[in-house]
Amino acid sequence: MQSNGRSKLVEIVQNETRELLADWVKQQCAADTLRPELMNERELREQSQQFLRALSEAVQHGSLTDIQGPAWATVRELLEHISGSRAMQGFTTSETATFVFSLKQPLFARLRRAHGRDADGLADDIWQTTVLLDKLGLYSTEVYQKTREGIIARQQQELLELSTPVVQLWDDVLALPLIGTLDSARTQMVMENLLQRIVETGSAIAIIDITGVPLVDTLVAQHLLKTVAAARLMGAECIISGIRPQIAQTIVHLGVSLGDVTTKASLADAFAVALQRTGQRLQKS
Amino acid sequence: MERIPILQMDDILLVTIQVDMHDQLALTLQDELTAHIVKARACGVLIDISSLEIVDSFIGRVLSNIAAMARVLDAETVVVGMQPAVAITLVELGLSLTGVRTALNVEKGMAFLRAASAQEGRRHDRPQV
Repeated sequence: MQSNGRSKLVEIVQNETRELLADWVKQQCAADTLRPELMNERELREQSQQFLRALSEAVQHGSLTDIQGPAWATVRELLEHISGSRAMQGFTTSETATFVFSLKQPLFARLRRAHGRDADGLADDIWQTTVLLDKLGLYSTEVYQKTREGIIARQQQELLELSTPVVQLWDDVLALPLIGTLDSARTQMVMENLLQRIVETGSAIAIIDITGVPLVDTLVAQHLLKTVAAARLMGAECIISGIRPQIAQTIVHLGVSLGDVTTKASLADAFAVALQRTGQRLQKS
Repeated sequence: MERIPILQMDDILLVTIQVDMHDQLALTLQDELTAHIVKARACGVLIDISSLEIVDSFIGRVLSNIAAMARVLDAETVVVGMQPAVAITLVELGLSLTGVRTALNVEKGMAFLRAASAQEGRRHDRPQV
């Protein structure tokens, strides 16, 4: 029954594109995964049309089982673009995947009509189409996920840069207000930033303020001590300030020794000590 | 043979390391510096490593040792101008050069040594030769 030994899917996609598109768009508009506030019907119709065009090209030249082949390059590219932009716009995974999966129903209806009473041929074609659309749907999900991961990685990077400013408080005095949890990667960055600024400004004292660090365990303490040791090697002294009562308790309970590092409860106290050590004075006028 | 020059300013010895330190060079420096401290009756040693970009654990130890030896010979050692990358490397290697004084630059290092030697002079009233 199959023309040229190929699926009727090819014919349908090529010859009934217009009707298929209309049905498909109607299907998507009716689905509860539609997000009218993020994408209007015209845009949806445009994307669907592009996809169908690319699909009909691909099924004509490429195999129906291997969507990684060169004939499917346009389809893949289009899916990447659609999923990527949807990930950016804030669609969920299922909303993105439904774009491809919702093509099943209009396609199946047409396959049924085309096969008439040939149940075996119909079953074969439906199976083939399902496998193909599943692959395309999964592919779009993968792209969606990758785009989201990209966004997360970029945000992490931005957070990393945002959260480690080194400010000059006074002549010879730097401050490093730490906010958020300290892990190895961040400590490395903090340490490099601080040391670089110490060289640039020639400051003799750096105040590390940990008011914004929610938790100090042995690892964090070790990271802090490393930073202090590195600064000391360069000839600058560090004062750790902003130690909250609970953190002081944790430090003692954990048996962490901060060595001979000067610690102060508040940034103001640390600043006073820094001024005193650098031989400067502040006076109320 | 390659050598690192040792300059004398009053009772302070100045060493500027401007070439990559290899092990033999470090040991030669250690020998010559200790000899020079005794000969010049120096009370301070300033080692400028601001152009040193690579420091391994051996060089780190030699710096530590020089400081310890100088202290035995009654001289204070200051290491100045360590690069951030070098500082991070040493800390990661677990060498924090305890017992070695550090300063950001030559100026601050000299100020520290002068202050130390003035204090020392008051305490012991070193006889001038």
